[in-house]
Amino acid sequence: MAEILQLVIAGLATGAIYALAAIGFTLLWQTSQTINFAQGEFVMLPAFFALVAMNWLGGPFWLSCLVAILVSILLLGMVFKLIVVDPMLKQGVLPLVISTIALGLLLREGAKDFYSAEAQPFPYIFPDRQISVLGVQLSLSQIGVLLIALAVIAALQLFLSRTRTGRQMQATAQNPTVARILGVPVERMIMYTFIINAALAAMASLLISPIYLAKFSNGEHLGLAAFVAAIVGGFNQVRGAIAGGLLVGVIDNLAAAYVSTGYRQSVPLILLVLFILFRPQGLLGRREERAV
Amino acid sequence: MQFTKLAVAAAAAAMVLGSPAFAQNSVLLPVIIELSGGGATVGNNWKNGVELAAAEVNAAGGILGKKVEIPAVDTQTNPGVARAAIQRALDDKPVAILGPIYSGSVKASMQLTADAEVPQIMGGEAGDLTAQGSKYIFRTSFGQNISMPKLANYLRDGEKAQSVAVVFVNNDFGKGGRDAIIKELNSRNIKVVADLSTEAGQADFAADVIKLKSANADAVFIYLNEEESARFLREAKKQGLNKPMIGETTLLGQKVIDLAGDAANGVKGHVGLTVDAPIPAVQEFGKKFQAKFNYKPDHNGLKGYISVYMVKAAAEKAGKLDPKAIAAALHGLTITPNKVPGILMEASWDSTGEIDRISFLAEVKNGKQVITQTLPKLKN
Repeated sequence: MAEILQLVIAGLATGAIYALAAIGFTLLWQTSQTINFAQGEFVMLPAFFALVAMNWLGGPFWLSCLVAILVSILLLGMVFKLIVVDPMLKQGVLPLVISTIALGLLLREGAKDFYSAEAQPFPYIFPDRQISVLGVQLSLSQIGVLLIALAVIAALQLFLSRTRTGRQMQATAQNPTVARILGVPVERMIMYTFIINAALAAMASLLISPIYLAKFSNGEHLGLAAFVAAIVGGFNQVRGAIAGGLLVGVIDNLAAAYVSTGYRQSVPLILLVLFILFRPQGLLGRREERAV
Repeated sequence: MQFTKLAVAAAAAAMVLGSPAFAQNSVLLPVIIELSGGGATVGNNWKNGVELAAAEVNAAGGILGKKVEIPAVDTQTNPGVARAAIQRALDDKPVAILGPIYSGSVKASMQLTADAEVPQIMGGEAGDLTAQGSKYIFRTSFGQNISMPKLANYLRDGEKAQSVAVVFVNNDFGKGGRDAIIKELNSRNIKVVADLSTEAGQADFAADVIKLKSANADAVFIYLNEEESARFLREAKKQGLNKPMIGETTLLGQKVIDLAGDAANGVKGHVGLTVDAPIPAVQEFGKKFQAKFNYKPDHNGLKGYISVYMVKAAAEKAGKLDPKAIAAALHGLTITPNKVPGILMEASWDSTGEIDRISFLAEVKNGKQVITQTLPKLKN
């Protein structure tokens, strides 16, 4: 029992990080029909921004993390939208998808050439100590990661539902034409979603890199996990992406422990196929029908 | 028109004559190695070690009076890419191939070097690499058939372990090590209470560490590649896995220590090669490497470095730069530092390409590998 509880907590901690990346998928899709296949690389890269600030510029860790988030917002949020999304979206969804795939490759190879092909150590945000909960030894770091990720998600939900800007963003997501008629600055709202996506990706990067170590290839696994989480949870609902992320994290850990580490990566993919076949709207998503 | 034809012919001649196959005035040693992918750490160490040795050899007049050329090709830690790279390298008629390190890549390519009768001096440690009858494969470090008995002895006598949990990486290197250590543990009546397979490139070891905690073994034997070793040790510390963690050379390597940080402290094991060895020539190599590349090399830097000196010593023994003669000269050869200082420690190769030399027991203390005991050569 203690083993299962430890596995679930560890899975939730990793799953919460997947959820941060998966939320970005859903936000961009809802507001701008952007499927960002470079999302994994968006999670990989901020750790390198922090490493550059820390190791090359000599900044303290906390300041380097802050720099990483700000640079991510600038490059992976604003510049990404202005240089890649805006020109390509006019050509349709498919060219944009191909562009994001190309961008992902560029970021991956760029990180390798610019920094290193080798994994880099990345400091833990929380001390690696254990605490006892109901007689079960749990990692303080895992609980800290889980709490931070959940706090960020809760803050985002509050922002979207309780603030004027958040509601305008939701209106933009639901129907941009009507939102524009009602005076919502749609373009600015779309830009905000890109900024939020970049900030969430940066948070995910800072939380996952101590576990994975910072490496140019981290985006491959993270992008896939986040994509599966978004589909399983429901591509058109933020809360679906959260549920999907947590579910994928827990299933991944349980599969590693009780099926095999060799097959662990296939288990979320099997889950993805099952959802596409039997519940295409995802766990918490809503059905969408489009005329063709 | 005539001029154009002449120019084309001249250009073609220049391309052909300029290709390495016709570079008669040099000793071509292609470095086919892991420069990206999961093996980037080990491959870059090897490549830099080769560079350092080649520069020294060339500065001292080369091998049999000819300069050494060491073009490097990245295998991307992919056996298929490694095989294709070696096939292309063999077309250029090299004197020897240096690499790869990953046993799977060596296994995928060793038939090519055997068919071409070109010595392949490699870093693979899977036990069966030298048991396949190739007369052209040579180790730079111990195979698992040599290192695992030493480790099993240490687990029995040093750690007094009666039960051991084994965690290994599911590739040729890991499976070979796992099979070898379990055989040795069984023969010493040490119980294997957990036998966990992990994947190459695995990023998250939370589930594995939780399983190991439940196994409650007297010691944990860890046989993973560099980055995975570091991730495992970090996760083990995070989750409070308070068991002696024992491994082979890789686990105590400098890169693992750098990546794992505090989590590497207390790790113990057998080390075939290390720049922390209490041997002045080896330590001097470590200083030269550090000065040139700005980091402390791991054992793969040493392996790459001595590979060039193996070719030099064998070519000088054979008296010619003929690949077949160099391979024949390496079989049964003992190279001593007083005759070839670059070999650093006396080493011998048997008729299968297996290496024999002294080795060490070590422990990581305060982020540094500390040698606790020197073990003699198996055959003196």
